[in-house]
Amino acid sequence: MTTEADRGAPRVSPLYDPKVRGIAYQVVLALVIVFVVYEAATNAIENLRAAKIASGFGFWTVEAGFDINQKLIPFSSTGGSTYGDAFLVGLLNTLIVAAFGIVLATILGFVIGIARLSKNWIIAKLSMVYVEVIRNTPLLLQLLFWYNAVLKPLPDPRNSVSLFGAIFLNNRGVVMPTPIAGPNFDWTWIATLVAIVVWIVLSYVARKQQAATGKRFPANLIGFALFIFLPLIAFWAAGGPLTFEYPKQSRFNLTGGMQIYPEFVALLLGLTIYTAAFIAENVRAGILAVSKGQSEAAHALGLSNGQTLRLIVVPQAMRVIIPPLTSQYLNLTKNSSLAVAIGYPDLVQVFTGTVLNQTGQAVEVIAITMLVYLTISLTTSFFMNIYNSRMALVER
Amino acid sequence: MKSILKAAAFGIAALGLTVGAASAQGVLQKVKERGQVICGTGLGIAGFGMPDEKGVWKGIDIDYCRAIAAAILNDPMKVKTVSLTAKDRFTALQSGEIDVLIRTTTWTMSRDTSLGLNFAGINYYDGQGFMVRKSMNIKSALELNGASVCTQQGTTTELNLADYFRANKMKYEVVAFVTNDETIKAYEAGRCDVFTTDASGLFAERLKFAKPDDHMILPEIISKEPLAASVRHGDDQWFDLVKWVHYAMLNAEELGVTQANVDQMLKSDNPEIKRLLGTEGKFGEMIGVSNDWVVRIVKNVGNYGEVFERNVGMGSPLKIERGKNNLWTKGGLQYAPPIR
Repeated sequence: MTTEADRGAPRVSPLYDPKVRGIAYQVVLALVIVFVVYEAATNAIENLRAAKIASGFGFWTVEAGFDINQKLIPFSSTGGSTYGDAFLVGLLNTLIVAAFGIVLATILGFVIGIARLSKNWIIAKLSMVYVEVIRNTPLLLQLLFWYNAVLKPLPDPRNSVSLFGAIFLNNRGVVMPTPIAGPNFDWTWIATLVAIVVWIVLSYVARKQQAATGKRFPANLIGFALFIFLPLIAFWAAGGPLTFEYPKQSRFNLTGGMQIYPEFVALLLGLTIYTAAFIAENVRAGILAVSKGQSEAAHALGLSNGQTLRLIVVPQAMRVIIPPLTSQYLNLTKNSSLAVAIGYPDLVQVFTGTVLNQTGQAVEVIAITMLVYLTISLTTSFFMNIYNSRMALVER
Repeated sequence: MKSILKAAAFGIAALGLTVGAASAQGVLQKVKERGQVICGTGLGIAGFGMPDEKGVWKGIDIDYCRAIAAAILNDPMKVKTVSLTAKDRFTALQSGEIDVLIRTTTWTMSRDTSLGLNFAGINYYDGQGFMVRKSMNIKSALELNGASVCTQQGTTTELNLADYFRANKMKYEVVAFVTNDETIKAYEAGRCDVFTTDASGLFAERLKFAKPDDHMILPEIISKEPLAASVRHGDDQWFDLVKWVHYAMLNAEELGVTQANVDQMLKSDNPEIKRLLGTEGKFGEMIGVSNDWVVRIVKNVGNYGEVFERNVGMGSPLKIERGKNNLWTKGGLQYAPPIR
């Protein structure tokens, strides 16, 4: 004999079951998406073939035949570099400007953000003006401004400004001597590595000791000293195995030496200054989000202003700051594609510019570029999310 | 639920678009229906395509566009110009955004084949040159070892430059910009020692400088730059029309048919002129327009010689000699197949 209770939930036709319905809708949607993508792809391929436009990725290994000024890997039309190499040159140029930009914008952003909360009226107002002016003008305009600001006042290469007779400054950029490592230079690297490892171990031990006994040990100071002096000692002991190739004046330019191009400087300046304004606001919001009672309590315990900021306010503020900070990092990376306007050879300029034009394969080139930016963005957010989960409030 | 429906609707709409693009309709038919020819032009090169003080586009390339419009629609003003950078121009043509690209574009093998373009008649024989400051005291391009060179990206110029320095075992630094204006500004600001583009472009750009006399163009011409109009692969009727508009303008010059005398020429007994102006034969119909197509072209735009002189020749600030662009009968390279 069965009762109502044994039978459980009343039987419903699968047609009205929200679970079944949900799945059915999702399957239909997935099918539609697959169909649209498939149709668009075959359609594009068909049209390209009908117009006899080359398609596929065969261009990757074809000689490029053009040159790029700023390159982190060897690239030249003489050496038979391919379109694939051009892609790598562009990608590395994007990554390097993004990496420098992120570091500098973070530092500047934190400084400005904290300065905006300063009790000093002038400092606070100056930071406010900075943030409002920079945040409310277009980045493209700022880049053009910086490019001209970098180029215009500097002398031509025949009248370079020289620092110590080794570093030269002109409107082609900064030219520095190239360090050339001698045979025993590896010892310096090994010493650096050892110093870093010792530093990490020291600070770990110091933290343990403080937690157990309350005694503090200046691990960071000692670690930093090691980091500076150990490689120097190794370098001296190995007999200073380092020579420099000095830039020489030729008819048009300084030849030899390392060169930092004005396009790079202008782009880095523009991106840093622009993004720092946004980061400053994030930082200010984060600090204001920490309730006043926290710092009052810290002061009551006898912590100094600096200690309060470093140990109490900033760690809590970081929880608020990191998520929007991640977006700013992504913005900076993507904004670096405005490099096109000032002739900096980033991924977009080289790859979707010259390579697309020379090969005519717009679909492939744009698809690859989108994929690259997506990968960079997702990787950045992945690491920022890890950092965020470490900083997040641990709830028990 | 709603969002799913929306997504599905969007998907179907997108499908409709892609399918729509696949069904081919001749460009000529589209132009007739639209009542307008859409031409891809540059951002402004004096003599070839640049708006005048009233905002009306002027130049050889623009006149070619107007000649096509006159042949089809009997109105040279029924054109729409789309300004394109060097690097975007082929994508615009391939994707059908423009009907014809007339933008100082060099005819090369790869563009003619793998880029899916057909080149229709060379309206200007050009070659790449170099511009430097006079104060640099340079007499030849072979003295440019180690120089910084400003150029426009996505051009044959960028490639010829690499070839030239490689062939002569010279080093250089290239700084490439998207537009001509950015390139020129960087050169003027001293970022580069050398500015390079087609020789005609050098003359045209030098006019824009604050002090044109401070700059000089080196004697070397390092490449062949046959500048031609281009259309997409796969529409032979349209290709024929663009090509024959060019040939008609050349034949008109060769036969002495000008904007001023075209009406009298209609009464000419010369069979060649009769065929050209459509009083004999049905040559217009062969390319899908009425038989008096050349009369319309010449009346509205002029013959090739008139177009040349007005825009870049002695009637213009550029004052470029006809040289290679003269008719074959006068020692130049311009030669049109006969209309018969």
